[in-house]
Amino acid sequence: MPIHEKTLIRPENLVSHDELVIDGVDVSGHWSTFIKPRTITDYNEEMQAEIAALPGGENIHRCWQCGSCTNSCTMNAVNPEFNPRYWIYLIRQGLEEELLRDKDIIWQCVSCNKCTYACPRDVVPEAVMKATAHWLELKGHTGESLSSVFDRGFTDNVVHSGKIEEGHVLRIFFWRTGQPLAPPWLRDLILGLVKKLPVFYLYNLLKTAVLRPKTRGWGKTGAAIEDYVRERHAEQAAALGLSGKGGH
Amino acid sequence: MAKDMTEQDLTSDPKDKNLKQVAYYPGCALEGTGHAYNRSTKAVGKALGLELVEVKDWNCCGAMEVKNIDPQVQTYLSARNLTKTEEMGFDVVMAPCNGCYHNLKKAEYDLAHNPQAVEANERISAKAGHPAYQPGRVETIHALDWLKRAVGEKELARRTAGKLKGMKIANYYGCMYTRPRHIFPDKDQGAGSESTHAPHFMDDLLASAGAENVDFPLKTACCGGAHAMSDADTSTQLVLNILTTAEACGAEVIATECPTCHTSLEIHQLRAEKLLGRKTNVKILYFTQLLGMALGLSQRKVGVAENMADPRVYLKERGLR
Ligand code: SF4
Ligand code: SF4
Ligand code: SF4
Ligand code: SF4
Repeated sequence: MPIHEKTLIRPENLVSHDELVIDGVDVSGHWSTFIKPRTITDYNEEMQAEIAALPGGENIHRCWQCGSCTNSCTMNAVNPEFNPRYWIYLIRQGLEEELLRDKDIIWQCVSCNKCTYACPRDVVPEAVMKATAHWLELKGHTGESLSSVFDRGFTDNVVHSGKIEEGHVLRIFFWRTGQPLAPPWLRDLILGLVKKLPVFYLYNLLKTAVLRPKTRGWGKTGAAIEDYVRERHAEQAAALGLSGKGGH
Repeated sequence: MAKDMTEQDLTSDPKDKNLKQVAYYPGCALEGTGHAYNRSTKAVGKALGLELVEVKDWNCCGAMEVKNIDPQVQTYLSARNLTKTEEMGFDVVMAPCNGCYHNLKKAEYDLAHNPQAVEANERISAKAGHPAYQPGRVETIHALDWLKRAVGEKELARRTAGKLKGMKIANYYGCMYTRPRHIFPDKDQGAGSESTHAPHFMDDLLASAGAENVDFPLKTACCGGAHAMSDADTSTQLVLNILTTAEACGAEVIATECPTCHTSLEIHQLRAEKLLGRKTNVKILYFTQLLGMALGLSQRKVGVAENMADPRVYLKERGLR
C-alpha cells in the first residue's frame, strides 16, 4: 500500500527500493516503500520521577493527554514543533531519545500560562516545561540556555540588593553570554533611533544605573535567601543522582 | 486603609473597604523603564483625591525570573512586601505592575494552599529577622481595581466629561493579570467582577471617559516578555501580531496597564519596523496617561514625552494637550 501520510514518519525510518521482488512477485515502484519496524528498549524509567523532583514538575503524573495545553500554547502557534502535550507524554513513557530531539526549543516557553489556564487536570504545564528545561541542563543534555543565564543574573541582582536595576541585569546578561554589551539589533535600535528615543527614557535608565536601587536593611535577608537556595539545589541534585556537582 | 486587623475585616465584603488611602507597591520597573506609569498613576490618584502611601523598604517581587531559580524564593520575596504593608497598618496594597500584582496574589494563594511554600517562607523570614506573612492579612489589588472600586465609572464620567470621545482604543491586559485563574479568587464571580477570559475593567474605566473601545481579540495574548532579551525574535513576532491585529480592529491607541507589557510593545514595535520593515502606527499609552489627560492633566504631567511611539501630535489633534 502506498504511504499517504509520509509527513508523519521520519525520513530515516522510510525505506524505498527501486526494484524489489518478494517471494517471486515484482513489487517495484508504487509498492516498494516500507516503514522500518521499531522496537524500543532504551526506556529511561527514572525520567518522570526526576523531573517531578524539580520545582514545578510535581504534577506531571496527572496528565491525561487531552492536548488542551498544546492547543492553547503561544509558542506552538509560532512553532508547531513546540508541543507540551507530546513532551509530557514522552517523559511519562520514559522516551528520552525522542525528548532529546526537541531539547533546544523546550526552554523557549514564554510562561504565558495559557496552558495552565486550559489544563483540566491542574498539571501546570508551564511549570513542567520549566522543570524539563532545567532537567535537560542539569543532566548536561543542553548547555545553560540564554534564558537561564538571564534568570540567574536577575536573581543574583535581587538577592544582592533587594531590588533590580534593569540596565545592570542586561549588562550582566550580555557579558555572561559573551555577547557584545548590546547585541547588534539592540545597538542598531539605539543608534538608529537616538533621535527618536525619548530623552526622558534614557535619563531614567541612566539614573537607576547610577543610583543602583537597593532595599534598606537588606543584608541579612539576602544571606537567608542564599542559604535556602543552596540547600534546595543540593536536594535537587541528590534527587537526580548528581550529588555534589548539581545546582548552579 | 490603616487600621487594626480584626476577624470581621477579614470576612467583610472587600468592596466595603475604604480605598481612599492604600499602601502603594510601585515595583522596580516603575522606578526605571515604567517611570511614566508611576508618574501618571500618582497624578491620577492625586486628581481624584486618593492617597497612595509607598510601602516602606519594599523589595523586588522576583518578576518572571526568580521562580525559575526557585519558586519558593519568589513566594518569599513577594510575601516580604505583604509583611511590610501589614507593619504599616494597611490591609490593602495596590500594585500597578502586572508582574508584581500577579506575584503578590500568587504568594497569597500559595501560602494558603502549599505547605512547602509556608515552610520556606517561615524559614527565610526567621533568618532574615522578621515575622513570616500570614495569608489573609493583606489584600493585593491592581491599579484597575483601585480606580474602579475607589472611584467608579459614574464619578469618572462626571469628572472627565467625555474628553476621550471618539478615541478608538484596544485594551491590552497581557498574561499576568488573569492567568492562572486560581490565584485570582475575586475574578469570575459574576456581575461586577472582573473576567479572566475577557477582562473589561480597563475598558470600563476608559469608556466612562468617553473612549470607544474596539472589539479586540488579543486582550490577554502574550507578548513573549519573559524572553524579550533571550529570544528577541519570537517576542517581535508575537508583538507584531498584537499591533497589527489592534490596527485591523480599528484601534488608534493600545491602552496598557503594566510597565513590562508596555515596554515590550514599544521596543518590539521599533524592532519590527527596523528589522522586518513592518511599520505600525498605533500609539501605545498607559491607561493612567489617558485617564489623567481626560481629567484635565497636561501631557507633561502624565509623562507622555517618555513614550517611544511619540503620541503627542495625535493627542493634540484629539484636543488633549
Ligand atoms: S506557558 Fe509555555 S507551554 Fe504554556 S502555553 Fe505558554 S508558551 Fe506554551
Ligand atoms: S492540558 Fe493538562 S491534561 Fe491536557 S495534555 Fe496538557 S498537561 Fe495533560
Ligand atoms: S514584577 Fe517587575 S516591577 Fe514588579 S517588582 Fe518585580 S521586577 Fe520589579
Ligand atoms: S504580555 Fe508580555 S509583559 Fe505582559 S505579562 Fe505577558 S509576557 Fe509579560
